[in-house]
Amino acid sequence: MPLRFAIGIDAGSAQTKAVLLDSISLALLAKASLPTGWNPKASAEAVLAKLWQGFGEAQACSIVATGYGRVAIPFADKNITEISCHAKGAVHCFPTARLVIDIGGQDSKVISLAEGGAVRDFLMNDKCAAGTGRFVESVARLLGLHIAEFCALASGGEACAITSMCAVFAETEIIGLLAQGAKPGAIAQGVLASIARRMQGLAARLPGTGDCVFSGGLAQSPVCAERLAQELGCPVLVPEYPQFTGALGAALEAARLAKEKNA
Amino acid sequence: MSWSSLEQFRAKSDRNVLRMQAEKKAGRKVVGQYCIYTPMELVLACGAIPVSLCGTKNDSIAKAETVLPRSLCPLIKSSFGFALEDSCPYLAASDLVVCDTTCDGKKKMFELLARRKPVYVLELPQRQDAEALVFWQKQLELFKGKLEETFKVNISDDALWQAIDVSRRFRAALQKVLDLGKRKPSPLTGLELLEIAFRASFMPVYEERISELESIASEIGAAQAAENTGRAPRILLTGVPTGLGSHKVIKILEESGASVVCIDNCSCYKKVRPIPSEQHDPLALLVRHSLAIPCAVMSPNPNRYETVAELAREFSVDAVCDLTWQGCQTYDVESYSLRDFVQNTLSLPFLQIVTDYAESDVEQLRIRIQAFLEILS
Ligand code: SF4
Ligand code: SF4
Repeated sequence: MPLRFAIGIDAGSAQTKAVLLDSISLALLAKASLPTGWNPKASAEAVLAKLWQGFGEAQACSIVATGYGRVAIPFADKNITEISCHAKGAVHCFPTARLVIDIGGQDSKVISLAEGGAVRDFLMNDKCAAGTGRFVESVARLLGLHIAEFCALASGGEACAITSMCAVFAETEIIGLLAQGAKPGAIAQGVLASIARRMQGLAARLPGTGDCVFSGGLAQSPVCAERLAQELGCPVLVPEYPQFTGALGAALEAARLAKEKNA
Repeated sequence: MSWSSLEQFRAKSDRNVLRMQAEKKAGRKVVGQYCIYTPMELVLACGAIPVSLCGTKNDSIAKAETVLPRSLCPLIKSSFGFALEDSCPYLAASDLVVCDTTCDGKKKMFELLARRKPVYVLELPQRQDAEALVFWQKQLELFKGKLEETFKVNISDDALWQAIDVSRRFRAALQKVLDLGKRKPSPLTGLELLEIAFRASFMPVYEERISELESIASEIGAAQAAENTGRAPRILLTGVPTGLGSHKVIKILEESGASVVCIDNCSCYKKVRPIPSEQHDPLALLVRHSLAIPCAVMSPNPNRYETVAELAREFSVDAVCDLTWQGCQTYDVESYSLRDFVQNTLSLPFLQIVTDYAESDVEQLRIRIQAFLEILS
């Protein structure tokens, strides 16, 4: 019996995401995500169970894992890094992509792609929280908001300049701004602009230009994508489910494995 | 794979400290040095034992940070921490400590070190042109005078030639071992190459060093090569010094499936640069040979690119990885030009890793390194 199903699991620091594809047509059959608990294996199992919910029971499939917890998922046939997965996922959604910008919970990355979609080079910011989703989350929390509400606030008007390059100092700076009576909307604008500037700084170090894909949870916010486009000075393409781009890339690799096995 | 020559070498070098202390008891002097720009041939010629004092361990860093800023390069902090803790037997044994004015961090650390140790500052120029050579010649003459005065010896030209001869044979023997990495597949891992160069550098008796290295090279050199699956990407590691204790990146590279076939830094392959054969003036020969070392403290540093190109070709590497210690400005800035050269002139993939001696970022590094290796496959 040929393997019909391919699954990608992206065991991220904040969320574990999974995508189920038809390994032949590559049609998206299901997707699921759950907060990553302390145990990536248990989170991955829980997400898989959720993924199969519409199918009665789990079917034979090939599985590829990615993300921080990728090595802790023993039932995966293979694990590859999120760099490769984000690239594969982005190219699948937008074949003309030449640059991928991913802002994840724990790190952010810029990936430069060659023609045909192969990864040419990449840079990661994993040393400092200031360019990551975690930073936005902590500022939102400071204002008593959810990330989505926070991003929505940033949709217009003036922006406060956030100049600190470190998440901890930026928080202090923001507390100061609030004390001076700055509006939350202006702060939200400032925060998103500062992240977008950082990403632009990383992207400028990589060769080549072309269509830019924005992935990761923050990409769900149109305001955020708009800010990024402004900083980069080029249009930014956002996949339908940007937070699943890594899992999608892993699922595509799983589909390739399934094809190999089927052949 | 286990090699009896390597096992014997390990057993012998486990006793390096004891051997050095015995030599010292027998009246030999010890000269510590922090940089390979200091020609160890001069030290050998005055009858003393040259030892490297560059810190490669994370353990001493916390102590160093009670004095030095945290943002400093870990090599400087580690070295200084050993001095504060008085925990390095080689530093403790040093009758004289030679300090080259290489980078700013080291220079200023040496001022503090001078409070505890007999420091001699060797002023290294930052260029490698004709004027710099004149200047460096003068510095080495002064250094020679300092050695003669401190150890009450006269360093004759004959003694210098003898030391140069020992050094040439040591360099050749080490090169034979490190060149085993040219084979496909390399019979030694990058960690083993590093370990051998590192341990050998602490063997106080040079003739023993040489014969040990020779026997490793001949045993492994004569062995039947393993089948070349070609699966492990061959990596040239370049950049800052590494040693046992600061080998994290080599370890992760190899755990991730790469084969580090050549380590182009002053702990490894830079040590084998042959001394040209010439019989004129031994000191002038050492002046030219040492100043040409391609380290990022030089500006500009043209020999670095030549060396990387040559090693990349000779070791038929698939990619270049440039290691930078956090806080090392010279190597960090130079990485930009090196990336450009490696990617565009050599057409090879390039990865820069900036890190320190701590284990805290191992998982993040693993992602970068694995992603890089995925590009290669
Ligand atoms: S990296 Fe350069 S300055 Fe530092 S010890 Fe090596 S040769 Fe000397
Ligand atoms: S690695 Fe760089 S900063 Fe550290 S001692 Fe060497 S040259 Fe100086």
